[in-house]
Amino acid sequence: MTFQAEGPPVLEVRGLHVSFQGRVGFGAGLAGKKGAIARAVDGVDLELRPGEVLALAGESGCGKTTLARTIMGLERPKQGEIRFEGEPLAKGGKILREYRRRVQIVFQDPTAALNPRQTIYESVAEGLRIHGISNQDGLTEEKLVARALARSGLRPPERLFLTYPHELSGGQRQRVVIAGALVLEPEIIVADEPVSSLDASVRGEILKLLLGLRDDFGIAMLVVTHDLGLAWTIADRVAVMYLGRIVEIGPTEEVLTQPLHPYTKALLEVVPEAGGLARPVLTGEAPDPTRIPEGCRFHPRCPEVVSGVAASAGVEARCRGEDLGLIELRPGHFAACHLAAARRGDAGPSTT
Amino acid sequence: MSVLSVRDLEVTYATQAGPIPAVRGVSLDIAKGEVLGLAGESGCGKSSIVNAILRLLPPGTTVSGEVVLNGEDVLTMKPGRLRAVRWTQASVVFQGAMHALNPVQRIGDQLAEAIIIHGQGKPREAMVRVGGLLEQVGLPLRRLRDYPHELSGGQKQRVMIAMALACSPSLIIADEPTTALDVMVQAQVLNLLNELQAEFGLAMLFITHDLSVLVEVCDRMGIMYAGKIVEQGPSVPVFSKPTHPYTEALAAAFPAVGDLRFRKAPSGLGGDPPQPDAIPSGCSFHPRCPYAFDACATTVPDLYGSGEQREAACLLVPKGATISS
Repeated sequence: MTFQAEGPPVLEVRGLHVSFQGRVGFGAGLAGKKGAIARAVDGVDLELRPGEVLALAGESGCGKTTLARTIMGLERPKQGEIRFEGEPLAKGGKILREYRRRVQIVFQDPTAALNPRQTIYESVAEGLRIHGISNQDGLTEEKLVARALARSGLRPPERLFLTYPHELSGGQRQRVVIAGALVLEPEIIVADEPVSSLDASVRGEILKLLLGLRDDFGIAMLVVTHDLGLAWTIADRVAVMYLGRIVEIGPTEEVLTQPLHPYTKALLEVVPEAGGLARPVLTGEAPDPTRIPEGCRFHPRCPEVVSGVAASAGVEARCRGEDLGLIELRPGHFAACHLAAARRGDAGPSTT
Repeated sequence: MSVLSVRDLEVTYATQAGPIPAVRGVSLDIAKGEVLGLAGESGCGKSSIVNAILRLLPPGTTVSGEVVLNGEDVLTMKPGRLRAVRWTQASVVFQGAMHALNPVQRIGDQLAEAIIIHGQGKPREAMVRVGGLLEQVGLPLRRLRDYPHELSGGQKQRVMIAMALACSPSLIIADEPTTALDVMVQAQVLNLLNELQAEFGLAMLFITHDLSVLVEVCDRMGIMYAGKIVEQGPSVPVFSKPTHPYTEALAAAFPAVGDLRFRKAPSGLGGDPPQPDAIPSGCSFHPRCPYAFDACATTVPDLYGSGEQREAACLLVPKGATISS
């Protein structure tokens, strides 16, 4: 089934900021000193349409997991809002509880996500109990658990009811985690690196399962990953994050084969491949969210600035001094780059 | 002459539940200046091979076969000789750099310790050598006085590489050296390892589960499944034109961006890797193999020549059937 982006977005994120207060030593704390503030998510706009698979890619420390956690309501945003089906996310009460049923998360490491002392049945049924669902579609709790396990590819489900996580393989455990999300019939699944802790030969099957859930039940998915190969395999759209902000977003084929932002290009160059050695690698490690550079946040590492390409295009001063937001450079394909905008002949709006 | 030559290596762990075979007859050779890769999933025995080469296995483990390092069999060495050989002839870059360094000792002291213990210099000479090593791995000299927690993951892995080089070994074993690192840092560390390997003409055994990393850094590679090598040969052809169904499945797990075959079509294998205490009969891969036929369940395949300098342990090979499309 091919995906058509239709209808209003099921999830909207507008101007989202999340920051964390750094810690200082005991003595410094007594002296009234405060730690540096890390701006983990620093102005993100995002839309997720019904039945869409959106991959969120970037280096570690770029804020992709914080963004996912904030969308789940696990972190409190400092600024900005999250709308689900047009309604702003409540800070508590019934509406938040209902939201948390309809948006489910699948974590990276299923071994850590499952309680080792709970049977598989208990783990999957826990969500139903928390939300007080004992009967749905005329099915009992037991039938609902069995259906979710079967939909996750664990058949026959009854055989697993009384087993414990340690008796299962990594792939089966991840299927149990997915069943725990499915049993609540969510509209959205947020998957944080869903296969990176699994064995290589098992990964494809889990990805197949996730894509199948989208096709069969129309579940929208936000897949957080550092692996662009994975994004290529399953995503309709890709968003690339750098230092707390999305720097490029668009259809997967375009972003990954004709990238507009130099950071996306750099990420694509480090994907290992045959004969790919001695390729340019960005110097320095993932940058520090407590000290976000002035201007374009990527400019200190940007190969276009270092090589002088930006200077000869006459945009270097803007790269160094002018912060910018996403600009639509091709239909549905946005990038936050002064150089790419200048090449298209569009100065673009700046944000501060 | 090869730097490392392993013949019919078998490693069997003793457990309360009885003996568990982890490596079941592996032979490999690494020449000077050559990089050999070993790939496979967790539990396939690749780390047991690393530990067997330097005799780091727990007591009670049965090891048979030959591990010849620079002309000497490691498995029959006396303890004193073994201690001298470790690190001066073969050293290891372990997986979790964050856990392999001593958290309460300065980087410089840890590096110097390896040199002093192996009698390769007095403390003062050792520190000079350490300075040179840090430069080689691209760390500033002032890092000498840092503790591990002051370094990032990539920097710690650079320290581990410097430590592996400290006594100028002829063989470096890299056991998942980039698994815990971020993509950008992984690329930097791989570039560094390759530069150093070429500069010193080192033999290197590179172990990982990520086939796309192996194909980039290795001259030749071997694919392991359930304690055996199931396919080996020059890296690029093995990766791009597999002759064993397991290699094909493993390669498909690391799709190239832009390859339309994998777009919206994740492919994987059904089932799970076998438990070492319950290895299937015949070809150990047959229960998961999409090409399996009757004989696979009963006949144990040998390594058959499947192309130029290539071998695969698959019964399809002698039949002349090819799996790569």
